[in-house]
Amino acid sequence: MAAPLPITVEDLNIYYGDFLAVEDVNVQIMPRSVTALIGPSGCGKSTFLRTLNRMHEVIPGAYAKGRVQIDGENIYDPRVDPVNVRRRVGMVFQKANPFPTMSIRDNVLAGVKLNSRRLAKKDADELLESSLRGANLWEEVKDRLDKPGLGLSGGQQQRLCIARTIAVKPEVVLMDEPCSALDPISTLAIEDLIHEMKQDYTIVIVTHNMQQASRVSDRTGFFNIAGTGKPGHLIEIDDTEKMFTNPAHKQTEDYISGRFG
Amino acid sequence: MSTAIDNETPTMMRSSGERRLPWYHLVFTGLVGAAIAAVLLLALDAFSIASMLILGFILHLVMGYLYSLVREGRRWAMDRLMMLIVIGAFALAMFPLVSLLWEVISRGGARVIAASPTPFAFWTNDMSGIIGGADAGGVLHATIGTLLITLWASVISIPIGLFTAIFLVEYADQGWRRVLGKGVTFLVDVMTGIPSIVAGLFGLSLFLAFLPDGQQGVRMGIMGSVALSLLMIPTVVRSSEEMLRLVSMDLREAAYALGVPKWLTIVRVVLRTAVAGLATGITLAIARVIGETAPLLLTVGMVTSINWSMFDGRMATLPTYINQQYRNGSANCMNDTVTNPVNQEVYACSVTTNIDRAWAAALTLIIIVMVLNIIARLVSHYFSPKISR
Amino acid sequence: MSTTDVTPEAAEAPTGSMKRSGRRFGDSVFSNLSIGSGLLIFLTLAAVAIFLTLEAWPAIRASQEFEGTAEFSLIEYTAPYVFGTVLAAVIALIMAIPISMLIALFISHYAPRKMAQGLGYMIDLLAAVPSVVYGLWGGIWLVPRLEPLYMFLNSTFGTWPRWPGFLPWVGGEPVVALFAGDPTAPMRNLASASVVLAVMVLPIITAIAREVFLQTPRLTEEAALALGATKWEVIKTVVLPFGRSGVVAASMLGLGRALGETMAVLMILAPGATFSWHILEVGRHQSIAANIASRQAEASGVDMSLLIFTGLVLFVLTFIINAIARAIVARSGPKS
Repeated sequence: MAAPLPITVEDLNIYYGDFLAVEDVNVQIMPRSVTALIGPSGCGKSTFLRTLNRMHEVIPGAYAKGRVQIDGENIYDPRVDPVNVRRRVGMVFQKANPFPTMSIRDNVLAGVKLNSRRLAKKDADELLESSLRGANLWEEVKDRLDKPGLGLSGGQQQRLCIARTIAVKPEVVLMDEPCSALDPISTLAIEDLIHEMKQDYTIVIVTHNMQQASRVSDRTGFFNIAGTGKPGHLIEIDDTEKMFTNPAHKQTEDYISGRFG
Repeated sequence: MSTAIDNETPTMMRSSGERRLPWYHLVFTGLVGAAIAAVLLLALDAFSIASMLILGFILHLVMGYLYSLVREGRRWAMDRLMMLIVIGAFALAMFPLVSLLWEVISRGGARVIAASPTPFAFWTNDMSGIIGGADAGGVLHATIGTLLITLWASVISIPIGLFTAIFLVEYADQGWRRVLGKGVTFLVDVMTGIPSIVAGLFGLSLFLAFLPDGQQGVRMGIMGSVALSLLMIPTVVRSSEEMLRLVSMDLREAAYALGVPKWLTIVRVVLRTAVAGLATGITLAIARVIGETAPLLLTVGMVTSINWSMFDGRMATLPTYINQQYRNGSANCMNDTVTNPVNQEVYACSVTTNIDRAWAAALTLIIIVMVLNIIARLVSHYFSPKISR
Repeated sequence: MSTTDVTPEAAEAPTGSMKRSGRRFGDSVFSNLSIGSGLLIFLTLAAVAIFLTLEAWPAIRASQEFEGTAEFSLIEYTAPYVFGTVLAAVIALIMAIPISMLIALFISHYAPRKMAQGLGYMIDLLAAVPSVVYGLWGGIWLVPRLEPLYMFLNSTFGTWPRWPGFLPWVGGEPVVALFAGDPTAPMRNLASASVVLAVMVLPIITAIAREVFLQTPRLTEEAALALGATKWEVIKTVVLPFGRSGVVAASMLGLGRALGETMAVLMILAPGATFSWHILEVGRHQSIAANIASRQAEASGVDMSLLIFTGLVLFVLTFIINAIARAIVARSGPKS
């Protein structure tokens, strides 16, 4: 397979009803790399993340205008089915949310099973193992695959959700503060996992933790907001190292050095 | 109420607001009250258990208050008094429940067990040919009628109610659907308040409007089911809506993010997660309409034997059967025996046979309702998803 | 796995186009079913209004109010039943509300935590008993047992105390005229029907009041207790004021239920169509619902229309009461 094209975002404006939440984003996200999005609370970084697989519009009244090209195809083209977009762009949420009625096994295969796709037992087992291995969870759960997913620890649950996401074989994985509810050990496990995952996936991660951004990402984008009720903006995006040592904008420097209001 | 401290530091009792008399002082004043009441009533030659309890409770209120006033002070005495009144109110409400269940079980049970010609024949016989004071007959036809009509009412109400709840929770989020959703919520509230007799009138007039003039006397099972649906739909919508809203948004988003279409998310994730609550709510809705009487009086009438057809002819149901037997009142017994004109069997004549049958049918109905209620509790207890959060 | 809506290219080759191959069949069926059900609710209620009006029309058409000369008047026919319905329901509520409040307090604040749920179920059991069984119990068991109480009320308050003779309108009348008159056994009077109605609405009011009392902010209650207040003082100063509107709404819902109840009244009350206040007298009152139930079997033609007309009146009456209850709930809702 040829190297995938970057995700290209052009003139993207994101709304909640009449309220413009994020204004005029133009950015390219590099394939097979980790891009971190940082910024103060309410600046629209999570909102922006959710527009990359059209999850934003799940909220009543929310919509986005503009173009997001994935693999050369604009996902906001009216002919595009958001369901197909989400099969190609997976998402991991802040709070681990395994399906409470399902076993570990069913949780991993949820994307297949919920869509009524039939899978031979052998293929299903292969997919299960490869997904759990991909999420560094196989060794921990291989003996209790039929136990409920909710029986796992918080960090394991989050990795189960990652396994569930990569079982759908997406090209892009979006992560919305995946470690914010976890203890340091579990956080480390997930950060290691992100490092390995970028061999195969394009990863965009929203984080509140600047150390985390500097540890895991190749590029970092900084969002900021002028004040409450004003739209958020992407201030700048650059190589992580440059962002944390020599940012182009004063706002970024203030935020990173902790001089932010 | 009592603590160990009370006993260890009796001298503190009056000096501190925290100190209270131990609970057995209340039992003591209560027993004294009951004893005085008994003596008084015996002296007046008006003794009965009920009057002793009532008078004893009133005396207890007075004495308990005064005793506490002396030992604990005014504020605590008031507190004591209110506690006694509150407990008394609960006991008062239990009184009709216990009495009603006792009457139904003892009178109805006696009739069911001792039914003639054979024990429990009450549940396997119908009323064909049972005339006068014949000590026979049963509720098989009425039980079948009740179950059939309730089944059809459920078949109509559950899909409509469930889909309406799904609409309200999953689709009525923006634009015109939001407006429609508000309207539906309002109308469901209105439906909740429809008196059952009005539901019966609706079932009746709906069908009468489509029947030719000569057939205005037509009654059939489906008319009753439609009338009951009017009462059942709002209950199903309400309970289902509540259950669907309890399903966390996170789960829906998790499914969407896996590329699952909305309808499959609803069916496989939302309904699956809420299934126990839904089943409980629906069972309780069925239990509620299965005892409805007024709509069925108007729409299905009464017959003496089994009618399996919902669309042809009248049907007997348990509630209307109870009402009918109760209305019949005491039977006339000119002879010692009554002969069944259908099968020529001979039964003993009993003056109380109609009322006995009413109690036995009431027992049958209550058993059905209670079984449904127990099923509902078991379902919600055992099948709710084991969510640790 | 009967339906599969997965477009072949999306299922087989994840790198294929994301364009939709037509509207998702399952989604459109499902959303249409849901919206259709919502619309059906509209239709149903419209049908209720339309068919009842349609069937009531002949009576309205033939009545004095419309014709001017016909021998029967809708208002004269309906008014005593409206009176009976409202009187029975109001008296039931007067008995049920205080007891419900006390029971709700007992369950929410007095009973031990572990027992509270079980006690709640006991009250809910009262709501599970079918109304026809209440009628049977009331008619056979309760009515004879209320007789001594009625005779006592009648002899004590039926004639005495009286208003002083110089008062206009009421001079010489008993102060509580409700218990006046000449009660005769069996006591199939309005008071007996009201007692049974009270038992039937009790669980409804209790359930809502209990919820409202439980919603009282814990911290406020604990603060009051920490200041040395007794439990009753906490209830009086914190819980009751907090729950006032909820209790009013619960009572209105109970009233709506009592107004529409058929069987308890039908099976207990010996009917009559007067405006008498003497609730112990037999054969003086009747409710709309019980009147319909008792006459429908023999009614046809205009008589049936007339009954359906009274049904409409009952519907409107309960609708107004429930609307008030809802308005109170809606107004007090966001605060809690």
